[in-house]
Amino acid sequence: MSKTMAREKKHLRGRRQQAEQEQVYHKKLIRRRKPNRSIAGDIFLYLFLLLVAFIMAFPIIYAVSNALKPLDELFKFPPRIFAQHPTLDNFSDLFVTMGKSWVTFSRYLFNTVFITFVGTLGHLIIASMGAFVLAKYDFPGGNAFFKLVTVAMMFTGWVTQIPNYLLLNRLGWIDTYWAIIVPAFASPMGLFLMKQFMEGLPTSLIEAAKIDGANEWRVFTGVVMPNVKPAWMTLIIFSVQALWNNKASTYIYSEERKTLVYALQQIQSGGIARTGQGAAVLVVVMIVPIIIFIFSESQILETMASSGLKD
Amino acid sequence: MKEYLHKYIELRKHDMQVAVRKAKARKMCYLFLAPYAILFTMFFVFPVVASIWYSFTYYNILEPPRFIGLQNYINLILQDDIFLIGVKNTLMIAVITGPLGYILSFLFAWLINELPRWIRSIAVIVFYAPSIAGNCYVIFSVFFRGDAYGYVNALLMNVGIIDSPKLWLIDPTYMLPICMLVILWMSLGTGFLSFVAGLQGVDRSQFEAGYMDGVKNRWQELWYITLPNMKPMLMFGAVMSITQAFGVADVTMALCGYPSTDYAARTIVTHLFDYGFSRFEMGYACAIATILFLMMILCNKAIQSLLRRVGT
Repeated sequence: MSKTMAREKKHLRGRRQQAEQEQVYHKKLIRRRKPNRSIAGDIFLYLFLLLVAFIMAFPIIYAVSNALKPLDELFKFPPRIFAQHPTLDNFSDLFVTMGKSWVTFSRYLFNTVFITFVGTLGHLIIASMGAFVLAKYDFPGGNAFFKLVTVAMMFTGWVTQIPNYLLLNRLGWIDTYWAIIVPAFASPMGLFLMKQFMEGLPTSLIEAAKIDGANEWRVFTGVVMPNVKPAWMTLIIFSVQALWNNKASTYIYSEERKTLVYALQQIQSGGIARTGQGAAVLVVVMIVPIIIFIFSESQILETMASSGLKD
Repeated sequence: MKEYLHKYIELRKHDMQVAVRKAKARKMCYLFLAPYAILFTMFFVFPVVASIWYSFTYYNILEPPRFIGLQNYINLILQDDIFLIGVKNTLMIAVITGPLGYILSFLFAWLINELPRWIRSIAVIVFYAPSIAGNCYVIFSVFFRGDAYGYVNALLMNVGIIDSPKLWLIDPTYMLPICMLVILWMSLGTGFLSFVAGLQGVDRSQFEAGYMDGVKNRWQELWYITLPNMKPMLMFGAVMSITQAFGVADVTMALCGYPSTDYAARTIVTHLFDYGFSRFEMGYACAIATILFLMMILCNKAIQSLLRRVGT
């Protein structure tokens, strides 16, 4: 009798010990929320990242502060990184001084804004329509076409530049805005990202809308497009980035249809008197895509999560 | 044998009929795809085919193209020394900045992955900004100015490493390394975003499971858990960085001039640009474009088959 009791006690003690051990183990797991990490390593990592971030940001910060410098500070030696008396003179100069020239600065700005806006809008609509059927319907040729689009992502626009020029020439679009806008509609990257993102959309959503009597166009505009808003932003940023920075020097000859980046190069080659204006245009060119990105970052990352290339 | 062939043709015929019937039932799909498909064919598929065709001809826009066989390619490889300089430079840039930029993209995406949310989003902006900042790289020509006013010269002279200003962007010895530096600065692009997003999507419970199974440090976590989960993003990032690495031209043209001293910063693309839009030898330029196209596609295929083995 006592023997069994003793054994039971021992057993109990054993279990208690085990439970305690488990608790300790559990505590350890909870306390060290991130296992496999050491504090020293983390601190080193943060310092390293801070340093790299500074290096990455420095040229951009320098460009912005340059644009804010008055003329006498721009030529100061030794040069300072930050402006002591920041002004916006350089920006107003763009409109005042260049306002008198044959093609005004605002014209360059308008050209670029127009090209970017129309090109992006058209790209968004056309690529989304294509992406919708490629993602949600199975039809002969669909997969093959998508494969072709992914191959097209593997070479740069330079490869197609010359035949494109000949083609646009045949169409009579050389020296018009359309020479830049229309090819931008078909950018493969936008279709790819949109299609990958739309694949994540539940098919039941579309089926439900169909049962309610909606036709394909209604499904597309009423159900699919409102549900892929994050992907819109991604297409917009990539398209804006490509078009806003488009120099277009080979497709457009007339001065009054040239773009902002072209004007920037003109100003920069204009010598020392234009230094301030050059710095200001550089900031105008650079800041627009960055601002769009800042405001749409989380949506873009959401889209990029489905960007993977499967075999 | 004949019977077998007959059967095969019969089967094919049946497949075709099914496909046609399916296509008829899905007419609206083609309607939706048509605008994109037409433009894509016009501006991406057709130019590649046309480029290959023109590469076998002599074409200067004024006269109709004249078929000359492989003459363009023979001239390119055997006679055009500048093209070979361009190929050498492009390969140098691609081999160094391509993989390095790719690894840096992944490394930083991975390092910032564990930061608190708001710091992470700032870090993404800071790292990604250079690649969308458009022409911001021209600011480097201020840093690397050839006289004592340039920041790099001033700094190095103050420290005492050099005693007279160096002509960074005019001296052929320094051109390529500086271009590579600038390209690396801009290399955290689309692939980087894809990595950041992909890392966020890795299932947390896998790390816990790995911890139980004896994963001991960051690096083992990376190799056994993170990388295999990221394969599709790794592929996508590779495509992006290869395409970028072979297409280098804007940076070298803006920093080192066009044409650069002794053609030391010439790449395949600037050569293409030169023949296509300065000399209007379209056939010759198309041969360059075709070579560039083949290089990009082959490199992409090779890297993709390599990446399939990651984490196994």
